[in-house]
Amino acid sequence: MLASLRRILALIRKELLAVLKDARTRNMLLLQPVLQCLLFGYAATLDLSNVPYAVLDRDRSDASSALLAKLDGSGVFHRIANLTNADDMRRLIDNQKVLVVIQIDPDFQRRLSQGEAAPVQVIADGRNSNTAGSALGYVGAAIQSFNADWASDHGLPAPPVQASPRAWYNANLETRWNLVPALVGTITMMSTLMLASLSVAREREEGTFDQLLVTPFTPVEIMAGKAIPAMMIGVIQATNALLVAQLWFRIPFAGSYVTLYVGLILFLLAAVGIGLFVSSIAATMQQAMLYAFVLIMPFALLSGLTTPISSMPQAMQDFTLINPLRYAIDLVHRIYLQGAGLDRVVSDLWPMAIIATVTLGAAAWVFRNRLE
Amino acid sequence: MTSAARPPPSAPRPLADKARRVLALIRKEGRQVLRDPSSFAIGVVLPLMLILLFGYAMSLDVKHVPIALVMETPSTDASEIAASFQLSPYFETRQTTSMAQAQELMLSGKVEGIVQVQSDFASRAADGDASVQIIVDGIDGNTARIVEAYAEAAVAQAGVRADAESPVTSSGGQAVMDEQLWFNSADDSRYFLVPGLIVLIITLIGAFMTSMVVAREWERGTFEALFVTPVRTDEILVSKIVPYFLLGMGGLLLCMASARFLFEVPFRGSFLILIGVSMLYLLVSIATGLLISSTLKSQFLASQVTLVATFMPALMLSGFIYDLRSVPLAIRLVSYLVPARYYVSLLQTMFLAGDVWSIILPNAAILAVVAAAMLALTSRATRKSLG
Repeated sequence: MLASLRRILALIRKELLAVLKDARTRNMLLLQPVLQCLLFGYAATLDLSNVPYAVLDRDRSDASSALLAKLDGSGVFHRIANLTNADDMRRLIDNQKVLVVIQIDPDFQRRLSQGEAAPVQVIADGRNSNTAGSALGYVGAAIQSFNADWASDHGLPAPPVQASPRAWYNANLETRWNLVPALVGTITMMSTLMLASLSVAREREEGTFDQLLVTPFTPVEIMAGKAIPAMMIGVIQATNALLVAQLWFRIPFAGSYVTLYVGLILFLLAAVGIGLFVSSIAATMQQAMLYAFVLIMPFALLSGLTTPISSMPQAMQDFTLINPLRYAIDLVHRIYLQGAGLDRVVSDLWPMAIIATVTLGAAAWVFRNRLE
Repeated sequence: MTSAARPPPSAPRPLADKARRVLALIRKEGRQVLRDPSSFAIGVVLPLMLILLFGYAMSLDVKHVPIALVMETPSTDASEIAASFQLSPYFETRQTTSMAQAQELMLSGKVEGIVQVQSDFASRAADGDASVQIIVDGIDGNTARIVEAYAEAAVAQAGVRADAESPVTSSGGQAVMDEQLWFNSADDSRYFLVPGLIVLIITLIGAFMTSMVVAREWERGTFEALFVTPVRTDEILVSKIVPYFLLGMGGLLLCMASARFLFEVPFRGSFLILIGVSMLYLLVSIATGLLISSTLKSQFLASQVTLVATFMPALMLSGFIYDLRSVPLAIRLVSYLVPARYYVSLLQTMFLAGDVWSIILPNAAILAVVAAAMLALTSRATRKSLG
C-alpha cells in the first residue's frame, strides 16, 4: 500500500515536471485563465451602451423632443444624425452606421393631446437580432418612462396596478456576474480535459508508454499518476480565475470556499475521467487533441454558459444531463452568488460523481484490454 | 527513342520539378489527413454537430420560465393577476401561499422568479395604489431582464382587464412603440447564429488542425529529414495549405447547404463574393495555425495557443454574439486585431442585407492584406527554422 503510494507520488512528480518544465507551457496554463476572465468579463456583455441611433422627427413638437430627451438621457443611446427624409434611413442602417432609427409622425403631439395612441416607429438592424432585441427593449423602456411623465404632467390617472421588480443575487442584472463565475468551470475543463487526454497519447507517441508498462506500476497507479497532476493544475487555474472575479471585477463571494472546492474537485475528477478515456482510445497526440475538442464543444455550448438550458428543446436538455460542465456552472453560480451550502448543491454533486466513476472505469477497462 | 524525348541535362525544367515536388508533398499530406480518423471527426463530425447545436439548441428566447405565485390573501383582483401569469406562454406558474415557500423554491433552483401579491393588495387596489412585487433570480442577468419585462407586461395586462371592467377610468394618450426588425422580421435567432457558425467552423478547420502539423513534424524529427531533400520552404508551405484549404471549403459548403435547406436562413448577397471572401478568411486561419505551429514546435502548446488566439476571439470578440459597440474602448481596440471580426461583418451583411459594397470592399480588403501578411510571416518563420 505504502509502496503503491510512493510509486503514484513519483509518477505525479514526473508528470508535473513533464508539463511544467517548459516555461512557455507553464505560463500558458497559469496565465490563460486570468487573461480569458479579463477579456471575456469585459467583452461578453449583453448589456448595451453606446448604441448609435438616428431620428426622423416629422413632428418637431415639445412632445417629440421630450421623448428624444428620454432616449438621449438613458446613457444607452447616442444620436448621430437628425434625418430629414426616409431614404437616409436605409443608407445608415445598411452601412451599420446606426443600430436603431426612430421615426416620429407629424401628428404625434396632436394624437397624444387628444388621448389617442401615438405610434413611434422604431426600426432596428436585425443582422444581430439579439443585440437588436435588447436595443428595442431599451427604447420601449424609454417610451414607457415618457408615457409616465406625460400622464403625470397632464393630470391623467396612473395605471391601476404597478409592478415593482427586484432581482436577487445580482441586483443590477450584470451579465458579468453570471459569466465570470461560469468561466471558472469552463476554462478549467478545457485545460484539464486536454492535459489528461494528451498525457497518455504523448507517452505513446514518444514510445515511453511501453517502458512504463515494464515498470512495477499497476494500471490503476498509472491512471492515478496521470489524473492527479491534471487535477492539481485545474485547481490552480480555478483559483486564478476566482481571484480575478473577486479582486478585479469585485463580484462578491457569498458562499463557502470549502463547499466550492469540494464541488470543483469532483468536477475536475469528471473532466479528467473523460480526458483519460479519450487518451485510452487515441493513437496520437493530434487525435487525442481533436477528439477532446469534439467533446468540449458540445459540453461548452450545452452548459448554460451562453444560452439558458431551459430554452433548449427537450432532447438537448436531456443530453445536458451527462454534461459535467452543466453541473459545475450551476454549482459555482449557486455557491458564489447565492451562498448555497453543501446541502443545496448535492443535486449537482452526485451526477458529477457518477460521470467520474463511469469515465474513469471505462478508461481503466480500455487500458487494461489494450495492455493484454 | 525515349531518351531523345527527355530534355537534355543542360536545360533543367525547374518549374516541372517544383510542381512534381509540391504534388508529392500534397499527396503525402492529403493521405495523412484522409487516413487519420480524427480528421473526419473535425472535418465532418464537428461541423455537423455545431450546425445542429446552433440551429436547434442555442436559443436566447425565453419561454416557460418556472415562477412561483405568492397569493397571500385571495381576492378577485389578485386572481386577475394570477390569471394573467397563468395564461402567458412565457411562464409556468406554481401557486404558493407564503413567501417562505417561494423563497425555498427559488433557493433550490426550482423557480426563476417570484410574483408576490401582498395581503393588503385588495384594499390598496381600491385606492388605486396597488403594487405587485416581482422578484427574479438575477444569476442569469439576461434572462432575468427578459423575465422582468414579461412579468411587467403581464401585470399591466391585468390592469387593463380590470380597467375594461370598470369603464370610469381612461388611460389617456400614450406613445406606443411600433417596432420593425429589418433583415430579420421574424426575429429568428438562427438568422445570426448560422452565419456566425460558419466563422467558427472555418476558424477551427483552418487554424486548429494546422496548428499541429508542423509542430508534429518537429516533435517526430521528420521536419529535419525534409532539410536534406531538394524541397524548398515555399513548397512545404503550399503542401501544408492545400489539403486543409480543400477541407475548409468543404466545411463551408456543408454550412451553406444546411443554412439554406435545413434552417431556411435567407442568403441575399452573391454566392461568388461569399466564396471569395471565405477563401481569404480560410487562408488567414490556415496561415495563423501554421505560424503558431512552426514558431512553438510543440503540439500541445501550439493547439492551446491557437484556441486562445483564434477560436475564442472568433466566438467572443467578433461581434458574432456580443455587440462590439458596447464593450470598453480597450477591448474594442483589441477586437480590431481579430480577423474574424471582418469576416463576421461580411457574412452577416451578405446573408441578411445583400451586397452592400460599402461594407464588402473595406472588410474584404482588410482580410486580403491580413492573409498576405500572415502568409509572409509564416514563410519567414518556417525558413528561419530551416536555416
